[in-house]
Amino acid sequence: MIDVLKDPIAWIGDLLRTWLIGLGLLPEFVTFLLQLLSAVIIATAVLLLTFLLIWAERKIVARFQDRVGPNRVGPFGVFQTVADLLKLVTKELITPTGADLVPYNLAPLITVMSVVGLWAVMPLAPTVLPADINVGVLYIISIGAIGMLGILLAGMSSNNKYALLGAFRTVALMVSYAVPMVLALLVPVLLSGSMGMQAIVEGQRPIPFFVLAPIAALIFFISSLAEVGRAPFDLLEADSEIVAGYNIEYSGLKFGMFFVAEFLHAFTISALTATLFLGGWSGPWVDLYPVLGMLYFIIKSSIVYFVVIWIRGSFPRIRIDQMNALNWKFITPVALFGLVFTAVAEKLAVELGLSRLLTHVGANALLIILTLLALGIYARSARTKFESGTKAG
Amino acid sequence: MLSLLQIAFLVAAFLTIVSAIMVVTTPSMVHAALWLILTLAGVAVLFLLLNAGFLAVVQIAVYIDAIAIMIIIVVMLTKGATRQRIRQVNKTWWGGAIAALILFAGLIALFTQTPALAVNAPALAMSQEALLEDLGMALVDVNRYIIPFEVASVLLLAALIGSIMVARPLVRGKDEEVEA
Repeated sequence: MIDVLKDPIAWIGDLLRTWLIGLGLLPEFVTFLLQLLSAVIIATAVLLLTFLLIWAERKIVARFQDRVGPNRVGPFGVFQTVADLLKLVTKELITPTGADLVPYNLAPLITVMSVVGLWAVMPLAPTVLPADINVGVLYIISIGAIGMLGILLAGMSSNNKYALLGAFRTVALMVSYAVPMVLALLVPVLLSGSMGMQAIVEGQRPIPFFVLAPIAALIFFISSLAEVGRAPFDLLEADSEIVAGYNIEYSGLKFGMFFVAEFLHAFTISALTATLFLGGWSGPWVDLYPVLGMLYFIIKSSIVYFVVIWIRGSFPRIRIDQMNALNWKFITPVALFGLVFTAVAEKLAVELGLSRLLTHVGANALLIILTLLALGIYARSARTKFESGTKAG
Repeated sequence: MLSLLQIAFLVAAFLTIVSAIMVVTTPSMVHAALWLILTLAGVAVLFLLLNAGFLAVVQIAVYIDAIAIMIIIVVMLTKGATRQRIRQVNKTWWGGAIAALILFAGLIALFTQTPALAVNAPALAMSQEALLEDLGMALVDVNRYIIPFEVASVLLLAALIGSIMVARPLVRGKDEEVEA
């Protein structure tokens, strides 16, 4: 008898299974049907969550800009996104002449698919996990990069040189920032000893990983922001930059799909940061009532999402050459060194029997000191070069 | 009555083969790259059916996310390639067809002589986690595969340096407008 509170999903699954087998279907077919049903439920729930996310973003950014935000449609403007979606659905789907039809129609699908696919390995509670694979981190990297494919197809098939330029820039940005993101993702894998998401969250029960590896958490957060294309890295689709970039020729629901994919991706990376570095569903009393795990997960993801929106409302946009320079000259070396330092600190803590917390905090402090020293040397040399009148770097 | 594993395998294999045929017969290069992505995804599904989850995800990460995107970018950068419709056969297509048929007949003759393979995926020697760990240890073990591993890294480094050399702008000082 599965306790409802302890394992709600398995309890529901059991009920459905006995009912379906009672109808006369084969057991393996019933398993297949139940897994299909769970995939559909996750995808639908996540897409419906986007309504709330877009509303929250608009309200919070409005408050940052000293205005109110949508407040007419429903209490506090909650149904504004529904109204927007209805408007988008009723718009005409204009296809530009000369557009390659197959990639043009496939691109929004692929982009949304890559974002929704990320939720398949997100651990929501100790017993609520859509798919418990032991290579969850690698799955996140690979499925996340399929979104890049969708954007490339969108830009390429639109028969529009601005879309093509926007797509090239986007892919260059996403490929560049995938490098430090992967390096920073390896740090929780090192610290917990497994690539599975549930194992990583379990490994954070004593101490969350952002205490043991704050630099890696920061690098993952920043490079995920760049991967999603959120401010301050949003030159790819800002109106003043490349005239909306890769999605310039999309109208109606196809544009709506890109829109949804972007906002959902922002929340997804917040959820990923919360899972990998803040402890996911861990918290007090989560063993007694696993459903509480979902509450902690939502709270932590919302905090990180608020920081994402906060950053959007505060920083100016970064230019493409500044973005590239920041990535290759600063973030990637720091991520590489961080990975090496973490590995060495982990081994030292085990071999010498030191406190794990202190060793990792010490390694991170050393990394911060070295980074500041390197930045100081670079700043001094840039200053002397500038003052001596030669071309500034 | 086919088991679900067999149905899944037949669907995945059919998808892979059809996509592979479409890669070589479609006149548009961009569409060929897209069919290639579908073929590679089909191979990843086949890996999954053999209980090799790690290899399936690595297949997606390496082939689709890196190689296929690179192919698409190369197609995009080639002048006029997105618009080009290439004729798929030339004058001597009948010679190629005869050679392919002979090869096909020979392969079928060979395959029918092998003993019947098991219908289910064969049981792995160790559990999946132990196999993964063994793979990792094998790549750094002095007696096993560390040399190919390091040589592959050197090869990648050579490719990286080569591409930077090719993509570098002209010699500075001669051309003031070229950005460093």
